[in-house]
Amino acid sequence: MTDLTQAAAQPLLKVRDLVKSFPVRSSGFRGGRGLVHAVAGVSFDLHQGQTLSLVGESGCGKSTTARCVVRILDPTSGQVEFDGVDLGTLDAAALRSARSKFQMVFQDPQASLNPRMTVGEILAEPLKIHHIPGAEGRERIRELMSLVQLRSADLDRYPHQFSGGQRQRIGIVRALVLEPKLIALDEPVSALDVSIQAEIIRLLERLRDQLGLSYLFIAHDLSVVRHLSEHVAVMYLGKIVESGTNDEVYEQSAHPYTQALLAAAPIPDPLIERSRDRIVLAGDPPSPIDPPSGCHFRTRCWKAQDRCAEEAPVLADPGIGHLVACHFPEVSNVIVQQPVDFRRPT
Amino acid sequence: MTVADESSVDDFQPQPAEPDPGRKRSWRKLVRRPQIAFGLIVCFIWLVVILTVHWWAPYDPYESVGDRLQPPNGDFWFGTDALGRDVFTRVLYGARQSLPIAVAVIASAVLIGSVLGAAAGFLGGWVDRVVMRLADVTMAFPAILLAMAVAAALGPGLKNGFIAMVIVWWPIYARLLRAQVIAVKQREHIESAVSIGATQGRILRKHVLPLSFTGVLVNATMDLGQVVLLTASLSFLGLGALPPAPEWGAMITEGAKYFYQWWIAVAPGVAMVTVVLAFNFLGDGLRDALDVKAATR
Amino acid sequence: MNEVLLQTRDLGVEFAVSGGAVHAVRGVDIDVRRGEVVGIVGESGSGKSATMLALLGLLAPNAKVHGSASFNGIEMIGAPHEQLRALRGGRIGMVFQDPMTSLNPVLTVGRQIAEAIEVHQPTLRPKRVMARVQELLEVVAIPNASERMRAYPHELSGGMRQRVMIAMAVANDPELIIADEPTTALDVTIQAQILTVLADLRSRTNSALVIITHDLGVVAGVADRVNVMYAGRVVERGPVEELFYRNQHPYTAGLLACLPRLDTRGRDLEPIGGAPPLLDHLPKGCAFVSRCKVAEPRCHDVDPQLRDVGTVSVACHVAPAATSAMKAMKAVDA
Repeated sequence: MTDLTQAAAQPLLKVRDLVKSFPVRSSGFRGGRGLVHAVAGVSFDLHQGQTLSLVGESGCGKSTTARCVVRILDPTSGQVEFDGVDLGTLDAAALRSARSKFQMVFQDPQASLNPRMTVGEILAEPLKIHHIPGAEGRERIRELMSLVQLRSADLDRYPHQFSGGQRQRIGIVRALVLEPKLIALDEPVSALDVSIQAEIIRLLERLRDQLGLSYLFIAHDLSVVRHLSEHVAVMYLGKIVESGTNDEVYEQSAHPYTQALLAAAPIPDPLIERSRDRIVLAGDPPSPIDPPSGCHFRTRCWKAQDRCAEEAPVLADPGIGHLVACHFPEVSNVIVQQPVDFRRPT
Repeated sequence: MTVADESSVDDFQPQPAEPDPGRKRSWRKLVRRPQIAFGLIVCFIWLVVILTVHWWAPYDPYESVGDRLQPPNGDFWFGTDALGRDVFTRVLYGARQSLPIAVAVIASAVLIGSVLGAAAGFLGGWVDRVVMRLADVTMAFPAILLAMAVAAALGPGLKNGFIAMVIVWWPIYARLLRAQVIAVKQREHIESAVSIGATQGRILRKHVLPLSFTGVLVNATMDLGQVVLLTASLSFLGLGALPPAPEWGAMITEGAKYFYQWWIAVAPGVAMVTVVLAFNFLGDGLRDALDVKAATR
Repeated sequence: MNEVLLQTRDLGVEFAVSGGAVHAVRGVDIDVRRGEVVGIVGESGSGKSATMLALLGLLAPNAKVHGSASFNGIEMIGAPHEQLRALRGGRIGMVFQDPMTSLNPVLTVGRQIAEAIEVHQPTLRPKRVMARVQELLEVVAIPNASERMRAYPHELSGGMRQRVMIAMAVANDPELIIADEPTTALDVTIQAQILTVLADLRSRTNSALVIITHDLGVVAGVADRVNVMYAGRVVERGPVEELFYRNQHPYTAGLLACLPRLDTRGRDLEPIGGAPPLLDHLPKGCAFVSRCKVAEPRCHDVDPQLRDVGTVSVACHVAPAATSAMKAMKAVDA
């Protein structure tokens, strides 16, 4: 992401041409082996104190990208540079100690906490691994627990004794005890009820401001992303199709997929929701095992032409101030099309 | 990525908010299940018998203490056998043979099976393939046939019977634990352990094994009964304990020759039934109690 | 048009669990008129699904259902199984959240839709049935219908499977379609497709639609009238615009205030705080009282009943002052 205002500063996270492929056996009895390119060449920067969201639908590779960044998965190729260090060049021990600076919060707090450990044990484990002295560790845990509004008595309880929202707070504290600079948040609120979602979002905002954290936020919910991030990258079938600042992507989107995604996301407001133009895409996303030639989106695109099948568009700025991977970009605000005069009754 | 916050029936399960059940209380809860209580009581009685029988047994198990083939009476509660030995005493002493061997067989099989199974599941690759093919080959034979073959090759005697039974049983635990380990490995908390920099060894020890052992525990409990039976079967076939040892299977072999003196075979048989039932109840109860999913439905 | 098709009165559901009863639904009155779209909104555990499953007789055996639910004047609670079975899939079509578990994996989807028709119209000739199956697949906009009929569920995408479920639900021209979180498991572009299919169907057949969802955005787009449920009870209901713009219940207002929105940025979200009460340990008064910012002493003692306030019905003692009091508190905070 070329962000002119910040071009001078060194980004905290620099991802270049990230590729991750998995071997798969195609369906059928005599299916041969193939490769699925879950992430097919992704590049972006993330600066200190900022939030970059990767959005897209199931299978677009956003979670895999995040897992490659925090090295839960090893990328097939490409560079992930964190704080000036290429993580790919570190040996196992060096990587293990580097991990304290980038952490992850998972989607399902039920599954991501070890059910046989007490909250205290769960929170102490990262400290133990990174040889942080007991007294200092206990102090950090105490501070963070009060920061996320959990009681210290909760340390002796097991994860199943908490509600979903409380469990996610525990997951967040666990990610924070090592005092990381970057947190990858993988759908941290999508398993929660709406009234609980708001609390966690608020908490994440507060922590970012108080602790100067950077977030790599993975989500499918465009409303949450709108609320939480400075920069947004839209992914489709393993590639970034559009990226820019929050307002650029939401209000001046130029890629037809971004526009379709925004048009499809409902707004909880009947007058607005019913007056919007719908872009309903035909069909399903194609299989990432055998993606279409040229532009991956062309099979569902209403603007597709011969050129789209022959030549894959590159992610570049067509003169609109942000990056789009489309041969026929066209800026449009699909959230509110017409100058609306919603005399909202009060 | 789906918004999986809603499923129609789970919907009504309120959040568990009990204030700290803790380990002690969950033990008490376990014991309160009638199945488990029955199993524990029977096991406890047999344990007391094993430890103390030499102090209070009415007779010596090896000595001829009365007339041959007496039916049960006031002096000889379960009668006497063909050599005039007290059947009741011999049944009690029989527990000293069968139960320790059952425990030893299961302990060894669990140990060997778990190590191999955990390695296979956790490491995958060629380790997995080698261990699993070995297990498949072993399990391709019927248990009793394999045990007989091994015992016959090594020669009769309880020690060789023990080795034979461990060979029969380890693949069961290896497969069980491997399946569990693979399932647990899929959970997100493993990824979360990786992300904090935990080593492979730590992940296996702290995050995989503790969640994988319930199935093994349940199976092992139930299998204790099976081993008691198999030990007896081997002895019955002359491949296990040798006479005059008071072993249940060997006693049944002797008793089988005296059809009208039914008590000689029935008494050890009944003893075996109580043991097998107790272990089965215990295993069943444990499975119900430990299966979190079934418990919350 | 305004004839009431489905009416529940004081509908209650209790689940017997070890150590007590879970009151999943507590006295729900819902009316569905012919041809309208009724939204039932609530979070997990609000009883929104249980309400509909109860009247269809689809709850687990440990559920105790009481109260009344009449469909076209036929009482459904306690009705014989035969009668309910005839209604289900006949005059009432159902669409569930997860089409994969609702479809039989070893039958082709065409066969399953055909079965749905044959069960309710046994005299129809096989040829006519198959023609109808193809027609239905075209109605739900499945491309290459004649080919897809021969596909098995696992060969279809989630969106396609949900279309098949909808085709089954409308196979016998139902007067009422009950859709329980029909788009929750789907991606947003697929959700848009499915909602379009449902809207299409409704305008074509004039059947009524009950849509159960946690997503207020979906409700805003499709529903004519909305019921908001909380802890097993309808706490507010009214026409969709009234409910969104002139709501009276602190919970409804709280829900709307805590939702992030696609079209606005920089607005602070206002979490409701706290958690819903346990359904086996309900407070004596209003179930929302522990999370309510404007609760009064009587709220702790008396459980409020639904009553008309302005253009909505609301179960709150403090209404109509509740929402204005909340606004005032917000102004003070700011």
